[in-house]
Amino acid sequence: MMIKKPADIQSSEITPKSLYLNRRKFLAGAAAAGAAAIAGLSLGELVSPSTIVQADAKIEGIKKSSFSTNETITPFKDVTNYNNYYEFSTDKYEPAGLAKNFKTRPWTVTIDGAVEKKQVLDVDTIIKMAAPEERIYRHRCVEGWSIVVPWVGFSLSELINKAKPTSKAKFVEFTTIEDPKQMPGQRGRVLDWPYVEGLRMDEAMHPLALLCFGMYGDALPNQDGAPLRIVVPWKYGFKSGKAIVRIRFADSQPQTTWAEMSPREYGFYANVNPNVDHPRWSQAKERRLGEFLKRPTLMFNGYDQVASLYTGMDLKKNF
Amino acid sequence: MIRWFKPVVFLACLIPLALLGWKAYSGALGANPIEVITHATGDWTLRFLLITLAITPIRRLTGKLWLIRYRRMFGLFAFFYATLHFLTYIWLDKFFDVHEMLHDIAKRRFITVGFAGFVLLIPLALTSTKGWILRLGGKRWQALHRLIYFSAIAGVIHYWWLVKADIHKPLEYGAILAVLLGYRIAGWAGPKLSANKAKSLREPRFEVRQG
Repeated sequence: MMIKKPADIQSSEITPKSLYLNRRKFLAGAAAAGAAAIAGLSLGELVSPSTIVQADAKIEGIKKSSFSTNETITPFKDVTNYNNYYEFSTDKYEPAGLAKNFKTRPWTVTIDGAVEKKQVLDVDTIIKMAAPEERIYRHRCVEGWSIVVPWVGFSLSELINKAKPTSKAKFVEFTTIEDPKQMPGQRGRVLDWPYVEGLRMDEAMHPLALLCFGMYGDALPNQDGAPLRIVVPWKYGFKSGKAIVRIRFADSQPQTTWAEMSPREYGFYANVNPNVDHPRWSQAKERRLGEFLKRPTLMFNGYDQVASLYTGMDLKKNF
Repeated sequence: MIRWFKPVVFLACLIPLALLGWKAYSGALGANPIEVITHATGDWTLRFLLITLAITPIRRLTGKLWLIRYRRMFGLFAFFYATLHFLTYIWLDKFFDVHEMLHDIAKRRFITVGFAGFVLLIPLALTSTKGWILRLGGKRWQALHRLIYFSAIAGVIHYWWLVKADIHKPLEYGAILAVLLGYRIAGWAGPKLSANKAKSLREPRFEVRQG
């Protein structure tokens, strides 16, 4: 029997919508909304809340980055309406609506553990620590789908250097806000709240690891992790914690949420790896949102430059 | 029952498919359409299995004996949505990659059990006709069709094993299934041939419509 294997098709051939078209429309909408606001109309009357979140929060002075991929960017509406954000809901389509009124200001981040000085920093102070860059990254979910997102932020190392960790700091732990009043998903015990993720120090210091506060040129929408999140593009999405309120430097490996929930299925490292299956499904392929056929998953999600971090490690054991 | 009622129920059973079709046509299936189709067809398979299994208890408890005339239709719709679910898997998910599918069925226990649940439905769909009831004889036919219990159990386990953390929905299906199967177990284990039970036994348990 002849079964034709689908050839690798450039995403640009399949996905007709370019982001920039999308984004222009979005910006035009934002401009129109601004004009209408001056004319005394409410924003809510003009735009549907799920598609435009904080339309006025454009980030100025964004630099381009050589880390960016030139792959087709996933449309804004998909990245903002298809979210794994269990603090709001385990249904991917619900966080967009449930996070609409989530309060992201005032917001502070506690920096503690193995640091010279414990600090509580305002999120807006953190955001101004370095120049914002646009990092267009592939983002691969452990469930087998992927997107390409133009994040805005700067290397996490910028913050870490300013936090002045001591020589005891071997790991960094990120804690997501716990606020069941605002986050209906936290009223149930699907996961052990608050959500905790972590990186080894050298991983966190790698320039690809991003401290992120924006995407598509604007502030992060609430459902995508506002006001401050981590993006680690060579790891499965769950490693990239959202709505961060605490960054703790530790001398031992932090107990992370998914690894605690199901240690057989989710490891601490969680590097994207087509050769190590999730016990219940293959990780060899992924569905890029917007594409019909699955594409092969790449080692480290295509970010080969991180390979040296794991020299000599058995990645089948340290999955 | 009124004569036009059955076609109406038949059409109603097609509404989930029509909705999917409409959403696909109007681009309303969201960011991951294939996932939506997979989940919807899977959900409706389980729902129709449970509806089918609910017919006998409801008949017994309410005395609405005419309900038996809908059981076969609901059962066939369970098979119909299961087939769509399976086709979604082999076409949209695996793109006819036979090697990968065999690997999946052998290695992934949620696929193994889901596949088993689907396979168990095939003989039931094939022998759902009046001719087959007569050919097999009521007793044997009925014994064969008890496979639906195992198919429904497999369906719920399939769902249970595939969710990442939130077992809420599979738990709901499982609870309903437990009640429906529990009713039968209670019937087998309970006092033999109470007046009620003897009466219900005399009623036809499958539909052979005359002429």
